[in-house]
Amino acid sequence: MPRSAVRRARLAGGGAGGRLPWAATAHRGSHSTGVAMTPLAAIQLRLEAQPVDYALLALYFALVLGIGTMARRSVSASLDFFLAGRALPAWVTGLAFISANLGAVEIFGMTANGAQFGIPTVHYYWIGAIPAMVFLGLVMMPFYYGSKVRSVPEFLLRRFGRFAHLVNALSFALAQVLIAGVNLYALATVVNLLLGWPLWVSVLAAAAIVLAYTTLGGLSAAVYNEVLQFFVIVAMLVPITLVGLHRVGGWDGLAARVRALNADAELQLHSWPGTNLTGIENAALSVLGIVFGLGFVLSFGYWTTNFAEVQRALAAKDMSAARRTPLIGAYPKALIVLVIVIPGMLAAVLSPELAAYKASGGTLNNGVTYNNAIELLIRDLLPSGMLGVAITGLLAAFMAGMAANVSSFNTVFTYDIWQSYVVRDRVDHYYLRVGRIATVAGCAIAVGTAFIASHYNNIMDYLQTLFSFFNAPLFATFILGMFWRRTSPVAGGVGLLVGTAAAVTIDQLNRHHVLHMSGQGPSFVAASAAFVMDIAVSVPLSLATAPKPDSELGGLVWSLTPRVRAEKDAWYRSPGLLAIGVLALATALSIVYW
Amino acid sequence: MFFDLRLIIAFLFACYGAVLTALGATATTEADRLKTGGWNVNLWVGLVMLGFAAVMGLWAALRPIRPPEGEREDE
Repeated sequence: MPRSAVRRARLAGGGAGGRLPWAATAHRGSHSTGVAMTPLAAIQLRLEAQPVDYALLALYFALVLGIGTMARRSVSASLDFFLAGRALPAWVTGLAFISANLGAVEIFGMTANGAQFGIPTVHYYWIGAIPAMVFLGLVMMPFYYGSKVRSVPEFLLRRFGRFAHLVNALSFALAQVLIAGVNLYALATVVNLLLGWPLWVSVLAAAAIVLAYTTLGGLSAAVYNEVLQFFVIVAMLVPITLVGLHRVGGWDGLAARVRALNADAELQLHSWPGTNLTGIENAALSVLGIVFGLGFVLSFGYWTTNFAEVQRALAAKDMSAARRTPLIGAYPKALIVLVIVIPGMLAAVLSPELAAYKASGGTLNNGVTYNNAIELLIRDLLPSGMLGVAITGLLAAFMAGMAANVSSFNTVFTYDIWQSYVVRDRVDHYYLRVGRIATVAGCAIAVGTAFIASHYNNIMDYLQTLFSFFNAPLFATFILGMFWRRTSPVAGGVGLLVGTAAAVTIDQLNRHHVLHMSGQGPSFVAASAAFVMDIAVSVPLSLATAPKPDSELGGLVWSLTPRVRAEKDAWYRSPGLLAIGVLALATALSIVYW
Repeated sequence: MFFDLRLIIAFLFACYGAVLTALGATATTEADRLKTGGWNVNLWVGLVMLGFAAVMGLWAALRPIRPPEGEREDE
């Protein structure tokens, strides 16, 4: 039972994020493996951190708080707080864009996928992220940034009116605080495992740090820290990969060991057809599932409509920088998978515990699971010094993830819920104060959620699945709304609900064994059903109901938005060129790992 | 943006680089070598970090932030 929960949690939502693998794993660690296993796991994974390692950690967090304090001085209006005054350069927003997604949950989940499935994990990046990021930068950003909306729900409000807006704003705000709580709980579990601190100490300490810099400096503080975190994460992952490859004798040595240990080694060493990843036996259907389910529906839905991501681009200083944000982020996104998947594969051959677990087909109860891959590598490969950098990287990733949740939550709460429906037409300063209070409240709810999660992990697992249902049809509604001016407000709202219902139906049918799918299958099919049903309902409904008048759709719909020719800029700042470059990079990498 | 993030990144990695390089050069134990397969990871990563810090610092020095027109100069 718990194992299927782990698999579902890890795989649900795809590389398109939203999945929180750690919740279910932490559950295993602290509950289902029982009292007897927990101390054993703790002994196995406890790191021998020296004073110098703690010093490196302390320096980092001193800087994080310093950035919060410095960013405080640039906050004088609500827009400064929620969107960093729309003043950030593209390289900063671009790195923050992927860093907000490259939380610890992603690192644990994807190294775990690497350990279990091997190379097919790359699909979460080259198919499941790059095309959608390019699409966001080239096609959708002109609407988001050009219409001057302050959030993704606000775009829905302007395009479709209140119904779609309220559904999206409420589900998003709720999801973000709860996910922040799961992040917090996951952090505490890892710290407990690695350093032996009690759970409540890390929950409160981490929440206090995140709260301090996000209430002080708002989005700028969150974004600056995400950039800092990005570099520390790279400083953790690259040395782990290099040391690991050095120990096994390079890529050939790794491949030889994978072949020696696994009957299905070739599936793990090649990206296609990825039948082990999808759980779909037929190779052609597996490829279809990856390309359509993951690459199109899940990935475009996540990357183009998730406000926690889009917010980073909205903070850019001008249209060109906003469009370049996801494009600049796509380059490190395409490359970083190499230092995530390869360490996962290394852990499965280098760590005797994990190798034994994998050899048993994931049934051995020896205190480790795939989710421990990165911790095992840190313990086994890194001497004191690098150890401190790695611990810092992991904690930084958790906190940046939580800060991204909190900083997008407070924006949607303040602009889309409080200002739109509760207290309107007050001076800007009032909303700045509401934003700060919302941040405090959001962190408090996250702390509460973390403590609840430590007792009822399955609830978090279900909530997470529930939120993925709200996400599933969003992209369909957005794409119709942006490119077909006839799409009516009624269709926008009903389409979202019907799409969500379709995803829930598929999930329930599978849970009750009417449909028989395992692995990634259910989430691909559920998302695809949501997409198709949303379109199938929205189109006839739009034709039958009154559309918005054209005069209200300027800047929101493709055919009614004047093309702005960008003023002469340096050639390397051309969005088109950046897009071609990153697509070529992803294609080249795909061919190498075919 | 009135403080330069590049300088903060440079500072962090200069500190990390210095500590790791010093550790790698002076305090590598036999147990450490066993972990890394004989590769002095602290030393090399430390040196790369110092180089990275220099690049970030140089970038900030060569292309300093210009306050955009219309920005408040008080504060």
